[in-house]
Amino acid sequence: MNGGVDRTPSGRVDACVVGAGPAGALVAAELASAGYDVVVLDAGPRFDPADREARMERHLRPGDREPVWDMGGERDAYSATGAREYPLNAARVKGVGGSTLHWQGMVMRLHEQDFRLDSELGVATDWPLSYDDLRPYYAAAEEELSVAGASDNPFAPPRETPHPLPAFPPSYSDSLFAEACEELGIATHSVPNARNSEPTDEGGACVGYGTCKPVCPSGAKYDATRHVARAEADGARVVDRAPVQRLVHDDAGDRVTAAVYATPDGTEHRQEAREFVVAAGGVETPRLLLLSKSERYPDGLANSSGLVGRYFTDHLFAGVGGTLDEPTRQKHVGFNTTESHQFYDRSDGARGAIKLEFLNYAGPAPADVATGAETFGDDLLAEIRGAYGNRIAVGGLVEQYPRAENRVRLDPSRTDAHGNPVPDVVWSLDRRTRATIERANEIQRSILEEMGTDVDWTVGPENTGPAFHHMGTTRMGTDPDESVVAPTLRTHDLANLSVVGSSAFVTGGAMNPTLTIAALALKASDHVAERL
Amino acid sequence: MELDRRDLLTALAATGAGSTAGCSSTRRQATDGGDVSDHDADTLVALAEVLYPSSVSNVGEFVREYSLERVAADAEYAAGVAEAVGSLDEYVSEWHDVPYAELPTVERGEILRHMTVDTADPDPDGVARERIRYYLVNELLYAFYTTPTGAGLVGLENPPGHPGGTRSYRRGPDS
Repeated sequence: MNGGVDRTPSGRVDACVVGAGPAGALVAAELASAGYDVVVLDAGPRFDPADREARMERHLRPGDREPVWDMGGERDAYSATGAREYPLNAARVKGVGGSTLHWQGMVMRLHEQDFRLDSELGVATDWPLSYDDLRPYYAAAEEELSVAGASDNPFAPPRETPHPLPAFPPSYSDSLFAEACEELGIATHSVPNARNSEPTDEGGACVGYGTCKPVCPSGAKYDATRHVARAEADGARVVDRAPVQRLVHDDAGDRVTAAVYATPDGTEHRQEAREFVVAAGGVETPRLLLLSKSERYPDGLANSSGLVGRYFTDHLFAGVGGTLDEPTRQKHVGFNTTESHQFYDRSDGARGAIKLEFLNYAGPAPADVATGAETFGDDLLAEIRGAYGNRIAVGGLVEQYPRAENRVRLDPSRTDAHGNPVPDVVWSLDRRTRATIERANEIQRSILEEMGTDVDWTVGPENTGPAFHHMGTTRMGTDPDESVVAPTLRTHDLANLSVVGSSAFVTGGAMNPTLTIAALALKASDHVAERL
Repeated sequence: MELDRRDLLTALAATGAGSTAGCSSTRRQATDGGDVSDHDADTLVALAEVLYPSSVSNVGEFVREYSLERVAADAEYAAGVAEAVGSLDEYVSEWHDVPYAELPTVERGEILRHMTVDTADPDPDGVARERIRYYLVNELLYAFYTTPTGAGLVGLENPPGHPGGTRSYRRGPDS
């Protein structure tokens, strides 16, 4: 017992899930609802929903250096030794709910072309499954996440049913973009949001706090605590503050026998199970496999291909912004309501996918200006009037094709709070990614100039940053020499070990990955259940 | 432009003081509450009269209720406010025989600039001017500009931190 919480292991259970983010929570909920005994181990704490307004203030007010979701310190130490700095802790969350506590909540399906880039364009690698294979799981995932959306996107892949909730209507700001886009022949459409546009059994409708990322105080934005609650209601056991140190296997090296985890008092425990599912995100998942090396597997578990940690891929942000000579009505909500996927599918391999986002939150809010201003009273009000009101911006995500040299590996020179080597994120941009960012900027600038915007900032190839979508580090495939997991999400090397999440992505497109993570989690759950 | 009861509740919601529990490691911790002295409240009002636009009325009631409510939920904050008020008065005492709250309005602004509170980084663990910026100045500015009244002065009736619904983002500037 630690502080009144029992963190000792259960007896041998049907399934042990590592990670209580969206992938792990969905797997746990699915398996528990089917009657299986499930234990979920998460490295971080169980956050109290009553604290969310206070966490919001951490985000909105300067001066308090506490991270919104308590990330940082020895527990979360990391290295970044690639050509590009990688601020790993900026957007991930360790704890029950995982990074969905922080995320924006944008949920699009990948396009059909995303699954067959090699076949169609001769670039990257095909997925071992098609859009049609994943399509029913996408529909189920949209139900699970209560996605608010509309079928008005002419570029979206085929779908069979409407979204569970109606889309959020376009913003006033969107209407300013619409005219310019129409003039330029750019089609715009709604955004699928994992955010309640209407109340559901699990959460109220969005009330417009405007701080979706990094925290939704009302709970209208989907986060994985919903599926954790469902799993627990069906008998699953969720153990927080229980970071898994390593997985151990049987003598033959065929099956994982236990997850060894630590508790806050420093004790190590072993949770045994018939099936193991690692769902710890695109960085911690490969790290755990590498930390689980043994005499039988000296290069790490499930790593006979040598690809665990390889092909680390992210999306890049591209954006252009400025001021209009009229009010733009920004910052009322913290999510977007219009996008364009017109430039998504690639005509050749020269560039990657581009997803355009018309921002509803360009520029600073009044409190941002006030709390950093050097003026007070009426002078301050005048300063705020100058800074807020006319800002406008187009952002977007840009695809990065996977490259083996981008990787997550262990840094033996640094250890975390438990003495384990920290993850080293080796990340860089290639020429084609830069060219895609430049093309995105070109489109963005043309829209803003058509509107008469005085453009004053650009995020391009030199100052871009990651979208914190960690993908590719345990890639899926049918050839055990070229991939880590099979299309069932089970590792090639160990018969009862699955890896679920964006680390299984073969390519990442330019869509926010969580809906695909959820679809894969539901698919993996079916396969685990088949084996149990 | 009058600060009303709705603004007060908004400000309390935005600071988390309306909730009954607190983050285990946050400064907005809902520990046992503390008292805010009349002098601390007077000082916050005196500051707000300098910090807020001159067109805003009902500042005293807004600040007194806001501060009392907030401190009732957060003893650590109360201590920070009291300590920062003490630092401000100590600085004022080098030139005046009265505390900050009793200075004429024009001198209150000058004191903040002379003490370089205007250019100080907000830091609850910093030097005096940084703590004054954090606990007093930014506290009041944050409360005001996360209300519909404060942010509404610049055309944002549903500012971040305020649960103002999902209609205003659709409205144009003239509707």
